[in-house]
Amino acid sequence: MSDAPAVVPKIRIRGLCKAFGDKVVLDGIDLDVAPRTSMVVIGGSGTGKSVLLKCVLGLLEPDAGSIEIDGRDVLRMERGEAEAVRARIGMLFQNGALFDSLPVWENVAFGLLAQHKVERHEARGRAEEVLAQVGLGPSVGDLWPAELSGGMQKRVALARAIAYQPDTLFFDEPTTGLDPIMGAVIDNLIVDCVKRLGSTAVAITHDMASARRIGDRAAMINKGRIVWEGPATALMDSGNEVVDQFTHGRHEGPIQMELRR
Amino acid sequence: MSKLLDLAAMIGRAVFGAFRLTGHIFLFGLEGMSHLVRPPVYGRQFLRAFLDIGYYSLPVVALTAIFTGMVLALQSATGLSRFNAESAVANLVVISITRELGPVLAALMVAGRVGAAMAAELGTMRVTDQIDALSTLSTNPMKYLVAPRLLGGLLALPLLVVVADILGVLGGFVIASVKLGYNAEVYLTNTVNFVQTDDVVSGLVKAAVFGFLVTLMGCYHGYNSRGGAQGVGTATTYAVVSASVLILAFDYMITELFFAR
Repeated sequence: MSDAPAVVPKIRIRGLCKAFGDKVVLDGIDLDVAPRTSMVVIGGSGTGKSVLLKCVLGLLEPDAGSIEIDGRDVLRMERGEAEAVRARIGMLFQNGALFDSLPVWENVAFGLLAQHKVERHEARGRAEEVLAQVGLGPSVGDLWPAELSGGMQKRVALARAIAYQPDTLFFDEPTTGLDPIMGAVIDNLIVDCVKRLGSTAVAITHDMASARRIGDRAAMINKGRIVWEGPATALMDSGNEVVDQFTHGRHEGPIQMELRR
Repeated sequence: MSKLLDLAAMIGRAVFGAFRLTGHIFLFGLEGMSHLVRPPVYGRQFLRAFLDIGYYSLPVVALTAIFTGMVLALQSATGLSRFNAESAVANLVVISITRELGPVLAALMVAGRVGAAMAAELGTMRVTDQIDALSTLSTNPMKYLVAPRLLGGLLALPLLVVVADILGVLGGFVIASVKLGYNAEVYLTNTVNFVQTDDVVSGLVKAAVFGFLVTLMGCYHGYNSRGGAQGVGTATTYAVVSASVLILAFDYMITELFFAR
């Protein structure tokens, strides 16, 4: 944590704890994300990366700790106020989570229609603009999510996340399930969108190539705690045993996978 | 002695579990209804639910009502002939259809068709993160998904029951006049003279309550489903079974309220 930026962090998490029954998932997470930077959180399956994002988004209620956004603790705000703060966060879900009862353009424009009360024809135009930003033509707007390939679904989901120009973007495993080329395409789109919007980004992944492409900084979560944080460029050579085992995919090391034999 | 205590503990757990579930469902319904009086109101979602419950259930409800009326006329003609009371067939058909069979059978059909579909749709949305995605797009899922469906059920089923009442009586009339040789004019006069406002109103009140129960069960079990495809399947089963049982239980209670004097 010695590299922590001096400016007021966009997101500041302190002592965040979350357990499901006896299973402790987050055990005192401390993490700072500086404004207009991209933070990549890496870690094995089931280490609490998605739970961390869901706590920040208000989809799960933490047991303890604080989550400050722009210096204000959202866990201690009035509900309406916290919702207004969180409304400025865009989210790309792991499986896209597109609404399959709506055509693509309505998926993309959903946040605009919900938040800004724009007319439908105006929202349609805006959706087509955003689809173009992720490399999709206007004709895609009339398709249904089930008609799209995995890569196209991710692009539409990205378009939905950026459509209302949020100042913070969260990405949950953005390249999972994609081939390496499409993964790189999505990563580049993410970097491009984050830069164009001037947003702060937090991505969780266990794809090392993706982590290096997206992130300015990186943090590793293990056993419910942040065990390392540093520049994303140092991921493969961090000098931390836990990070090295994970990034190099070694079987032997301090991380013991729980396998039943 | 210990086996007896185990048995008592098991019964106690089941009873407390049932109370807890009832409380959860009650609060869920209350929250869903409370969103109907708080803006924004999702008119398109309501219209979709209303059409799905009302318009698209018409064929199955119509067929059920016609055949029920036909069977009722046949059965009552043979049964009443034992008491030389064949002239009461028209009275029996109209009172059975309007008070009981119209609302109960229509509700059971809608529970099988719409309740199951709602549970499956919402369950799939839950397990594919679509409900979480709604929250991240500044849309309250209870307001967007549940409230319009509850209102749709509440308003659409009485209209369906009006159709079921008419077609049920028509089915009885056709069998009585064509097959059993009753005078058509006398049959219709008997029907109109015998039926009272209370008979129809009680049926419509039942329909509104049943409509609410069917959509409540569909929404509750779908919204709270867990564990992938199997969880969605279980939610669908629970939605149909619990709605069917509740329809019959509330049928008794409303009948008691209207007619036990």
